[in-house]
Amino acid sequence: MLRFECPCCGPRDHDEFRYGGDASVRRPAHDDPDPEAWYAYVYVRKNPAGLHREFWQHVTGCRQWLVVERDTRTHVISTVTFARASQA
Amino acid sequence: MNAQNKRMPKGGRVDRSHSIEFSFDGEGLAGYRGDTLASALLANGVTLVGRSFKYHRPRGILSAGPEEPNALVTLGTGGRREPNLPATTLELGAGMAAESQNRWPSLAFDVQSANGLFAPFLSAGFYYKTFMGPTRRSWKVYEHFIRRAAGLGRAGTEPDPDRYEVRHAFADVAIIGAGPAGLSAARAAAAAGARVVLIEQDFLLGGQLLAERSDGAAASWLSRVEAELNSFETVTLMKRTSAFGIYDGNVIGLVEQRNQDCPPYSGQARQTVTMLRARSLVFATGAIERPMVFPNNDLPGVMLASAARIYLNRFAVLPGRKIIVATTNDGAWRTAFDLAVAGAEVTVVDLRTTIPPALVVEATRLGVTVRTATRILNLRGGHSVKRATLKGPDGQFEAACDLVCMSGGWSPTVHLASHLGVKPRYREDIGGFVPGVFPANQFGAGAMMGIYATADTNEDGHRAGIEAASFCGKSAPVPAPSKLDLGETVPALLRDFPCAQGGKAFVDFQMDVTTKDIELAHREGYESIEHLKRYTTLGMGTDQGKTSNFPGLSAMAALRGATIPETGTTTFRPPFTPVAIGALAGRATGHHFKPFRRTPMHDWHLANGAEMLEVGLWMRPWFYRQSGADVSEAYVAEMRNVRRAAGLMDISTLGKIDVQGPDAATFLDRIYANGFAKLQVGRARYGVMLRDDGIVFDDGTTTRLAESRFFMTTSTAKAADVLSRLEFLLDTAWPELRVAVSSVSDEWAAMSIAGPESRAILAAAFPSLDVSNEALPHMGSYEGEWRGRALRILRLSYSGERAYEIYVGATAGEQLWSSLLEAGRPLDLKPYGVEALGALRVEKGHVAGPEIDGRTTLDDLGLGRMVGKRSGFVGDVLRRRPALLAHDRQRLVGLECMEDGKRLRGGSVLFRPDEKATGHGRGRVTSVTFSPERDRYVGLALLAGDLATEGSEVVAVYPMKAETVRARIVSPIFLDPQGERLHG
Amino acid sequence: MAPYSAFSILRNALSGQKNWQRAWRAAEPKRSYDVIVVGGGGHGLATAFYLAENHGVRNVAVLEKGYIGGGNVGRNTTVIRSNYLLDGNTQFYEFSMKLWEGMSQALNFNVMFSQRGQLVTAHSADQLDGFGHRANIMRLNGIDADILDRDDVRRLVPYLDFSDTARFPIHGAIFQGRAGTARHDAVAWGYARAADGHGVDIIQNCEVTGFIRDGNGIVGVETTKGRIGAGKVGLAVAGHTSMLGAKARLELPIESHVLQAFVTEPLKPLVDHVVAYGADHFYVSQSDKGGLVFGGNLDGYNSYAQRGNLGVVREVAEAAIALMPCISRIRLLRHWGGVMDMTPDASPIICPTPVDGLYLNGGWCYGGFKATPASGWCFAHTIATGKPHPLIAAYGLDRFRTGRTLDEAGAGPSAWLQ
Repeated sequence: MLRFECPCCGPRDHDEFRYGGDASVRRPAHDDPDPEAWYAYVYVRKNPAGLHREFWQHVTGCRQWLVVERDTRTHVISTVTFARASQA
Repeated sequence: MNAQNKRMPKGGRVDRSHSIEFSFDGEGLAGYRGDTLASALLANGVTLVGRSFKYHRPRGILSAGPEEPNALVTLGTGGRREPNLPATTLELGAGMAAESQNRWPSLAFDVQSANGLFAPFLSAGFYYKTFMGPTRRSWKVYEHFIRRAAGLGRAGTEPDPDRYEVRHAFADVAIIGAGPAGLSAARAAAAAGARVVLIEQDFLLGGQLLAERSDGAAASWLSRVEAELNSFETVTLMKRTSAFGIYDGNVIGLVEQRNQDCPPYSGQARQTVTMLRARSLVFATGAIERPMVFPNNDLPGVMLASAARIYLNRFAVLPGRKIIVATTNDGAWRTAFDLAVAGAEVTVVDLRTTIPPALVVEATRLGVTVRTATRILNLRGGHSVKRATLKGPDGQFEAACDLVCMSGGWSPTVHLASHLGVKPRYREDIGGFVPGVFPANQFGAGAMMGIYATADTNEDGHRAGIEAASFCGKSAPVPAPSKLDLGETVPALLRDFPCAQGGKAFVDFQMDVTTKDIELAHREGYESIEHLKRYTTLGMGTDQGKTSNFPGLSAMAALRGATIPETGTTTFRPPFTPVAIGALAGRATGHHFKPFRRTPMHDWHLANGAEMLEVGLWMRPWFYRQSGADVSEAYVAEMRNVRRAAGLMDISTLGKIDVQGPDAATFLDRIYANGFAKLQVGRARYGVMLRDDGIVFDDGTTTRLAESRFFMTTSTAKAADVLSRLEFLLDTAWPELRVAVSSVSDEWAAMSIAGPESRAILAAAFPSLDVSNEALPHMGSYEGEWRGRALRILRLSYSGERAYEIYVGATAGEQLWSSLLEAGRPLDLKPYGVEALGALRVEKGHVAGPEIDGRTTLDDLGLGRMVGKRSGFVGDVLRRRPALLAHDRQRLVGLECMEDGKRLRGGSVLFRPDEKATGHGRGRVTSVTFSPERDRYVGLALLAGDLATEGSEVVAVYPMKAETVRARIVSPIFLDPQGERLHG
Repeated sequence: MAPYSAFSILRNALSGQKNWQRAWRAAEPKRSYDVIVVGGGGHGLATAFYLAENHGVRNVAVLEKGYIGGGNVGRNTTVIRSNYLLDGNTQFYEFSMKLWEGMSQALNFNVMFSQRGQLVTAHSADQLDGFGHRANIMRLNGIDADILDRDDVRRLVPYLDFSDTARFPIHGAIFQGRAGTARHDAVAWGYARAADGHGVDIIQNCEVTGFIRDGNGIVGVETTKGRIGAGKVGLAVAGHTSMLGAKARLELPIESHVLQAFVTEPLKPLVDHVVAYGADHFYVSQSDKGGLVFGGNLDGYNSYAQRGNLGVVREVAEAAIALMPCISRIRLLRHWGGVMDMTPDASPIICPTPVDGLYLNGGWCYGGFKATPASGWCFAHTIATGKPHPLIAAYGLDRFRTGRTLDEAGAGPSAWLQ
């Protein structure tokens, strides 16, 4: 079990959450017509062996989408923030 | 065989007032409470306990713990049958019926022991080099016999009648192992103020202290510390509990055995898995003694020196009278002394030339014969050891014996500490691996760190306990450690070197890996320690090489002329000791494997003849038995009733999402491929969502309840995914949109009334409602109340008939359902199930799951025109990728069966009439139904665009039923293309 | 190289096993090779073998950072089947199946390919209809397939849950008789030995740390054993493709995810087929040694750790008992994780790359083992000729740009949902 310190609900097992993948890819504006930008957003991944910023949603808790910073080799979690806050 | 003739008259930690009867291979025996099965067998003089994996050699009891490779038994019968249990870990229970394994017809006479004669041909990996002919199919024949010869115990084939539990627990400090280090750590951590869980696999605390005399200093220290720990409310002692794995998130997997005093039918769980989350962790897992490697070192009667001492001092069993203790280190001398005191004739055979004088003095005092610079060259005996050939400075000599105790040194038990990736580090001074660098919240103490003398281990445990507590912020002052000094000397170890002339010298007892196998692996280039393991099967038995890893590694290092660290170790994986799969599943078995989802009208359906069907955990009415004899008859009848009169369908399973906020319309405009911004208040619209890659995601309807409030429905299957996706977009992509979404799926019961009479029935059921076309047109809505509950009516149709979706507060669902049926009875309103629902939508040409299969686009489904010139919605850009616009892509068509008496079948592959039916065809039939409207089978299909001309023919091929049917391509809308019925 | 046979075993037994030769030489790198294959797993070794065997390209080195066969070929659940639905996949996996059928003989190494049959249970009429479509496609492509009803399944595998308390009652199954298992390590060793016999250098403990570029082309690799020149370089490092790809400046649609595998204690024969649960994530077979080998679903988040989490262990145990109640008292002996290259459509990527001289073989998701021989065969062809082999035409990197993806499950572009 990964354990996330949900900023709303406190420490919880990761199976309360839904994974949302790489949070470092930038979603193009909704009306961005550039296929390359969408291709890169949907498909291309750095897939680092190391620190990975990723989305998780606390589906059985506060339902907030969070950004978690986690090492993909050790699974050590360094930060957990609300995704909304990290957009600001 | 005399009853317990090897039991000492007194001493030990067995309860002689409590005799326990058990059996081994059908023979009735007795032991005491406090015995293990192994100690009870030894007490009764049973030395032959099992047969080895490959050569079926006779085997006895090597150890006194979970490292046991040899003494594996099967317990229980029927659904309770459990093979491969080490007798050394089984707490003796009343009526325990143990069977030996891997032998036929009997343990003493085993036909396959003849394998030993073929040993020269059965070298490591021999099977990779042969069994390849005469034909390609030959392996199947060889394999049949090999499979039967391999394997150990036989598993049962019946369901397990016992119960298991899984629980969750939390602690500040978890301590694994309750030997002198673990006990000291627990005492210190508790005193520092931490909540402590102390985990011990044995049914007694004490670890190696249990090998000491039960009336000495160790015993009194042990009872004092145990009492002290019991006095803390913050300490949980978990005996009979094995820590099987350390997992990410500081989760420790524990499995606890039910106390053997508890009868199997008591209702208590047989085993309980605990997922313990601890903030810090102390490994005090001790060390495992290594066997020595010499010919016939596997004979029954050859035992680890520490095990012999445990059997003597803890269980009061003296397993031999004429004993050779072979060693490379001081530790085994203590075994020799205790055995001598117990009355055995003991010879110590030490590989070393120089021995600490104190040991020699003590040996002389106790009458123990000492042979230095001497080793065992070979052993002989049939089912138990009888003679030893020894070699010393003065040459070779023979000695009679009935027990050989051996010690090749110790391997710290680093397995658990390695599970999270802590790499073991070799320490030359102790000749063993200890954990490398721990993460900040993990600590090691005692023998597992290579600290062996009791006085040092309890001090080390004390330190680890304080540090582990301090990591959790618990730093209350701690009293000085409770000292225990047993006066052991721990000099640097002499590493055993294998000696293998004149017989099989076993490195891995269970897997029958000998020194010759390791030599062969080396010769053939399988030199990496992982190759060695995989090629020879070294360490792959039920004991996972707890006694064989180091000797094997050491032998390979010697062959390669490399150091131990250069040779490396294999990776330690969970579980530390095997865990029953049932224990891991806990209570999630049978009907409890997954939840059932039931609608508010569920009970009504059951009471009124519904045949239920599970759809993605939801229980839904499939059809109603009064409609027909079987599903095929029933669904057609239900369809006809909808088209002729009216039907009522439970649609509570639809996903329902409340969308509100000033920007709600903008939001919907982006997430649906078709526009919603201009939707009038009070009107509903069908909408399709795409994934980011332009493929259709889901469809449903959304109703504008107010300027900034919408009610969305999704498909049953995608309800959770859609909601999560909407939340994702709002939280991560468009936080500036002032919109909130929330699931209201469970708030509403929902039902759909469809058919020409639906309006009349609605009017009868809701007398005050204006049901006219003007007040409630197609795609219109109504909000109100019904018997004090919220009511929402949407005029939407899935069947092609005039239809209304009626939503009411969930708890009133069944009431409204019944009252609608009541109101509709004069007009022949009848319930219908999902089979008819699916058929009605096929006739109307609506796409659903089989068409929205995660690979189709809007254009494929004929929905492209909904988009018009819009852009800026999810999936818009990537849906225009060239391959998704190709003219020959498969697209939705209708098919009509052209042959009388034949039917279309979903999953048929479509071909042009003139082409050979081979390959992937030109499309496939996705959904079919018998159409009462057309009086024949019709279907929806995805067909290559260049063939999809209405009026032309295709052939639908179904090889699995050897069927070929001609079909005509038609519009997918088989019924009322102008939509007069639903608007009327 | 002396061939292996019953006779060689006999002869060596009589001479005390002293005369066996190394299965492959302990080669040290030369200054340069015509082709360097990075990755000494099943795919890399097979590629080297077929380069030599089919194309006469023998000046080849396989560079392995650890020991050969130490990646996914040595840690998978060994299932081999060719029951694919989509045009492009079906033919490729069936070609692989045919190579498996002759592999032991072709390599003179018994890989114990055991065609014991694989069945996937169906738990509703709809699911069985879906299997019917799949079986139709298989038959139309010359692949064996059968649809079984509940009674057939019961006769074949009576130990599954046919009781009233089954949460998802068994409705039927799809069965492929030619499917089965093989001894995974032997596949790596067999290809290594056969490639070595053709003169291929297999170099262990040699990690590639970078690529030597010349303009837009690659002319060699930097390694922990020094620089090695190469005419062409093939990457076959599934699980870690992104890491090496980044060094070659490739942008890849790949994420690394962990799939766990499990083995029980050795038992006398119990499970005679490969059995997969159609209602949840669980599949099982029994190794020749006797252990039940099984697996489940991905752990579900990016990971390079070769270990899994306890939650998934428990989910797999639950599914195991739901399908096969008698497994309850059988004990789990060992579990581990393999790092998968997951792609957005769960299909592999084998193709030339935008970098001259660099060829890519990766993205195998959890299906790489069964593909080993065909992957090696087609990748060797692609490297030798510079053009994709027709059987891998659908596996190009550009398919995500063009939209010609091969998504068997229709699960969409989130790699961890595939």
